[in-house]
Amino acid sequence: MTTAATVSEGTGSPYALSHLDSLESEAVHIFREVAGEFERPVILFSGGKDSIVMLHLALKAFAPAPVPFALLHVDTGHNFPEVLEYRDRTVARHGLRLHVASVQEYIDAGKLRERPDGTRNPLQTVPLTEAIQQHRFDAVFGGGRRDEEKARAKERVFSLRDEFSQWDPRRQRPELWQLYNGRHAPGEHVRVFPISNWTELDVWQYIAREGIELPEIYFAHDREVFNRNGMWLTAGDWGGPKEHEDVETRQVRYRTVGDMSCTGAVDSDATTLGAVIAEIAASRLTERGATRADDKMSEAAMEDRKREGYF
Amino acid sequence: MTTTAEQLSATTLLRFATAGSVDDGKSTLVGRLLHDSKSVLTDQLEAVEHASRSRGQEAPDLALLTDGLRAEREQGITIDVAYRYFATARRRFILADTPGHVQYTRNMVTGASTAELAVVLVDARNGVVEQTRRHAAVAALLRVPHVVLAVNKMDLVDYAEPVFAAIAEEFTAYAASLGVPGWGSGGDPQENWCTAIPISALAGDNVVEPSAHMDWYGGPTVLEHLETVPVSHDLTACHARFPVQYVIRPQTAEHPDYRGYAGQIAAGAFRVGEAVTVLPSGRTSTIAAIDALGESVDIAWAPQSVTLRLADDIDISRGDLIAPSADAPAITQDVEATVCHVADQPLEVGRRVLIKHTTRTVKAIVKDIPSRLTLDDLSQHPAPGRLVANDIGRVVLRTAEPLALDAYADSRRTGSFLLIDPADGTTLTAGMAGASFAAAAAAGDDASDDAEWDF
Repeated sequence: MTTAATVSEGTGSPYALSHLDSLESEAVHIFREVAGEFERPVILFSGGKDSIVMLHLALKAFAPAPVPFALLHVDTGHNFPEVLEYRDRTVARHGLRLHVASVQEYIDAGKLRERPDGTRNPLQTVPLTEAIQQHRFDAVFGGGRRDEEKARAKERVFSLRDEFSQWDPRRQRPELWQLYNGRHAPGEHVRVFPISNWTELDVWQYIAREGIELPEIYFAHDREVFNRNGMWLTAGDWGGPKEHEDVETRQVRYRTVGDMSCTGAVDSDATTLGAVIAEIAASRLTERGATRADDKMSEAAMEDRKREGYF
Repeated sequence: MTTTAEQLSATTLLRFATAGSVDDGKSTLVGRLLHDSKSVLTDQLEAVEHASRSRGQEAPDLALLTDGLRAEREQGITIDVAYRYFATARRRFILADTPGHVQYTRNMVTGASTAELAVVLVDARNGVVEQTRRHAAVAALLRVPHVVLAVNKMDLVDYAEPVFAAIAEEFTAYAASLGVPGWGSGGDPQENWCTAIPISALAGDNVVEPSAHMDWYGGPTVLEHLETVPVSHDLTACHARFPVQYVIRPQTAEHPDYRGYAGQIAAGAFRVGEAVTVLPSGRTSTIAAIDALGESVDIAWAPQSVTLRLADDIDISRGDLIAPSADAPAITQDVEATVCHVADQPLEVGRRVLIKHTTRTVKAIVKDIPSRLTLDDLSQHPAPGRLVANDIGRVVLRTAEPLALDAYADSRRTGSFLLIDPADGTTLTAGMAGASFAAAAAAGDDASDDAEWDF
């Protein structure tokens, strides 16, 4: 037998947990609280690194039993094929149940209208909130981190949403000690963010420590891209490039994985986890600032979308 | 400060909170800590510069880095706790950035509830003021293990040692009146509750870099202190406590008989072979195995999330508490506590509530509110009848089922609880069981600073 926690050196105590062990323990506690208190929780799973880490934490939290939650993916119709393939492989491997809410189906049915700029990320809110209502999910796990954005920095670990999934930042419950209050009325639900306190670097270090597999687009590869508003976007059926935009092949990788229409690639030669971690540690740009167009729409873009029901 | 290979290796995590009045320079201090640790990145600075320019301000307003909500930016105030993250080679930090307004006592309580350290800012020109005493009292009440008294704006008092010394002395005397010095103190200066540091957040003196203007000061900078203050406790002195969160029963071909009790160790350590008692039932068994997230271990300690397996198949469910048989807490249905009321609706005598303690939620009734505390001078107002938002007071509760409640003085985790409105789920009140520094002063109107605080 061995002790599981990494004993940190130089702290003067053999009982100090490493920062990754502290964060892991806290996240597992949150998963188990939800399992103990809610009827129908679901994990939002996009195939991005944050939701992959969340699934890994959930697997550890309930082992050797299976994860007692289903997964929900909001498919914008413009997702990266590599990520969808990863999603389906992961679901099969762990014997999970997957619900898919499709933006394309909403557009085809005339319930949503394509935006002039072709960006589908803001359109996700309607299929997401309707899926929550339809399946009567009462707790919805998201991989949001407070270091991502200043409105997220204000959000609780347990975030009560009304029957329209709206977030009201001025009416949040104070969150004291590790006592999470998940009480809610019928029709309301709680968004739960187990990795609120993780940073981008923590996520990558944890992925490296735990040996978690990721979709290959997170590592440097040659890709046909074009430049729009200073970002390298992937050419594809979703609506790019336009006539004046030139496609070129560059060695890139993704720091964050969202919709192809608003997620930019970064120039990179990082082909290994170690190289990715070194690259992030040296970067002077935030994850979302570097690669997400949807947050640049206005100063309060994230807050406004969250108020409407987005994560 | 740049990222080094060291920074990527295993480090520890310190959770701390800042408290300070509006003009004490808290934003500047936070901004400097974030900035100098590379936690403010180019695009965030550009966003702040852009927003500042569009408001007609010449210099970037660093408060915009931390004020994330529309209403906060519009009104130029901070209305809620925000959490910030930064790292150095030695440690990772989670900063609960709490607003300093008087009416937001509940926000400081929220920030302090998970903090290992609180930074209390003082303007060197004004010295210890009511707000300083209030922040120190909240830190003491919440039993935040360490406090930094940051005497700011030393550049505006000619970096004069006597100014700093007088403020530090006054604060120390006040802390003594709270009953703090004897608590957690030892021979090691690192173990002292309060560390006073003279700084200028604006000029950068003693925040990250040692000051060139104050060679009379031989102590650590704020960052150095944050990096080295101890975060773990002597487990042998803690009562071991394990609230059961969830029962894991796979019932699969591979694990037909597995029955594990999942939870996060709230205090102390547990060992395989140890005799344990389950509360409130009082049944006993021994620990047969400890599964630490996929690895079998023979000892585990707070705050690890683990799964315990017991030698006997006894009835245990969410809300039960596992403790060493030799050191199990008493169970009670009568709770006396100091509380901070956090909801806009008041708490009255006779009110029916839910009490959430560890993983257990039971019905309770507010039997009495013996006193309300004025943080400014620690005076007690007897029998206020009710508590309103931001009030701190004593309450007496009767619970419908027994709770295994420790004194908050012994365990922040198993001595704390929430009161919840059963009708709409609102979090009403933050509670700390047992005596507090306020308890001994409850004698009446003549409470004074030289009363003996019962810690």
